[in-house]
Amino acid sequence: MHEWALVEGVIATAARFAEENGITEVTEVVVVVGELQQVEHEVLEFAFENLKTPLFKNARFVLESQPARFKCRNCGNEWGFTSEGMTEDVSEAIHFVPEMAHVYIKCSECGSPDFEVAEGRGVWLATIKGVKGDE
Amino acid sequence: MSDPRIAIIEKRFQKVRRVIAVSSGKGGVGKSMIATALALSLKDRGHSVGLLDLDFTSPATHVILGVEGLYPEEEYGIVPPMAHGLRYMSITHYSVDEPTPLRGEDVSNAIIELLAITRWGELDCLVVDMPPGIGDATLDTIRLIPSIEFIVATTPSRVAFQSVRRLLVLLKDLRVPIIGVCENMVMNPGGYVREEVERLGLEYLASVAYDEEVEEALGDPEALRKTRFYKELDEVSRRL
Repeated sequence: MHEWALVEGVIATAARFAEENGITEVTEVVVVVGELQQVEHEVLEFAFENLKTPLFKNARFVLESQPARFKCRNCGNEWGFTSEGMTEDVSEAIHFVPEMAHVYIKCSECGSPDFEVAEGRGVWLATIKGVKGDE
Repeated sequence: MSDPRIAIIEKRFQKVRRVIAVSSGKGGVGKSMIATALALSLKDRGHSVGLLDLDFTSPATHVILGVEGLYPEEEYGIVPPMAHGLRYMSITHYSVDEPTPLRGEDVSNAIIELLAITRWGELDCLVVDMPPGIGDATLDTIRLIPSIEFIVATTPSRVAFQSVRRLLVLLKDLRVPIIGVCENMVMNPGGYVREEVERLGLEYLASVAYDEEVEEALGDPEALRKTRFYKELDEVSRRL
């Protein structure tokens, strides 16, 4: 996923959560990002610093990466993601739309494109810590 | 805890005045042709228009427009490239001509991702070429795109219309606005589809005659504009 779009989404989601729960200052946001998203940590932090609203003034942005695992639906083989040998165009296509993995990656045993991304596709907001208004 | 992509989709459509989805219960009824012709016609009327091809399995609008090698610009997200005056987004920017074998959950994720990263900017109208049927892609698009309205395409075939009827009933149940139904590839005007559409309390937008010149005009919007097919769709766009 595009880093700036991801951070925009994280801030909007966390702000909504804070409002619903009476949090007036967010102190930490933990985001888990699958390896298939191929996001750059530095770009994410830079985007967060630029896009954060006063609610996040002192917030720590924590990124946890989850390795990608594929499981072939044809032969059951399991294998991990590597961008080694990929052209820049292919790597970028998977970065922007991770489902493009099904276009460009094949089972390392039988060559089938019908595989499951068992782990490491998603992106989600794991935890938010903050201070409530009446604390 | 929650998917941060969902929260920005609404923002991506903030400056898009209308979203018109062209859909069908069945493939092969000319849905992509209708979507592309409507987008071009709306643009020719002076509107700023986007075209989004969400038919991941059989994307076709790039063939109709005759564009290849387009690549979105990266600017705080993805800005769709221009194609014949349209802001144009398609999975083929990334998959080129390779098959895209996606299962249900993958389709949902790819739609969410595309909607979350694409920055349309200010548009009078975004035309969406929908995947056929009433599966995950259709349900997700309805769930995720605010204020989406539908034009439904069919052919005169009773087989095609039976699928279309199911889509129309679903849209009514979901309380999604239906602009109307376009009957395409009409060779012997019979009135069956019109009667059925009106019985559902919906507008029958047009009877578009079968036009063999359309195939010759693929890849050439200028040639497409000269076809009878285009002129009949132009009349539909005038009334939108």
